[in-house]
Amino acid sequence: MIESLFFYLFASITCLSGLMVISSRNPVHSVLFLILAFFNAAGLFVLLGAEFLAMLLVVVYVGAVAVLFLFVVMMLDINYAELRDGFQRYLPLGLGVGGLLLIEILFVFFNSENMPQTVPVLNEVSNTRALGLVLYTDYIYLFQLAGLILLVAMIGAITLTLRKRENVRRQSISKQNERSREESIEIVSVTSGSGIRSK
Amino acid sequence: MMEVTLSHYLSVSAILFVFGVFGIFINRKNVITILMSIELILLSVNINLVAFSAYTGTLSGQVFSLFILTVAAAEAAIGLAILVIYFRNRGSIAVEDLNVMKG
Repeated sequence: MIESLFFYLFASITCLSGLMVISSRNPVHSVLFLILAFFNAAGLFVLLGAEFLAMLLVVVYVGAVAVLFLFVVMMLDINYAELRDGFQRYLPLGLGVGGLLLIEILFVFFNSENMPQTVPVLNEVSNTRALGLVLYTDYIYLFQLAGLILLVAMIGAITLTLRKRENVRRQSISKQNERSREESIEIVSVTSGSGIRSK
Repeated sequence: MMEVTLSHYLSVSAILFVFGVFGIFINRKNVITILMSIELILLSVNINLVAFSAYTGTLSGQVFSLFILTVAAAEAAIGLAILVIYFRNRGSIAVEDLNVMKG
């Protein structure tokens, strides 16, 4: 009873904030509604017994990806009003395609036989421990591959956004190490009363 | 109140997926909103996988959901980096101008 109440709460807020993400005028509001959708999806995950993924969704998505979106939206100085020009024009097409897709998917769900109807009770180990037990044994290669993907993404994002600006003094360590005593200092004997002219 | 079944979770996931596709259609000019729509689609896929994983009692769905989260984070990072350098070079993010590399 209380579980289905929470399900309807989380599900309705998730769907509504999903709708607000795509329809709000201000992209900052879109990102904030995306964060709300992620939080409520994490609630759905908790109801399904996947606590680890729920925490991961909050930490990784809300903490990193959504904040990254927020940074980019606030950093770029764009006139968002003119980006919404085609809204009316594409609305019928989008409604048609989206409605058709929704009807097709729901048709499949509610007409399929032998869907599992109840959650099997397995409380031997906690969800996080169970995930770790399969993740580091059966899925170890995929796990390493996921790490590699993250590394490639990190290097890619850094090299893409790294900017070489002119007229900026930078420290060049190799140049500093290459300097010899002969080319950096000069010993002159100055006669008293006359200055020296530097080269 | 009726019992929550697998179909309920799958319906939520389907609605979210359709909102994502719909968002790509109606925000054709705004790359940031298109990226957010893709995030919505990936979230709906995750809900789908986790729901099936819970109702069938196997963990594979949750493991794959974990990998989807990884790929989605990488995709968002690369996509936003491309967006930032595109804005730096062109001064706009209009999708219709994105034909610089057309032969």
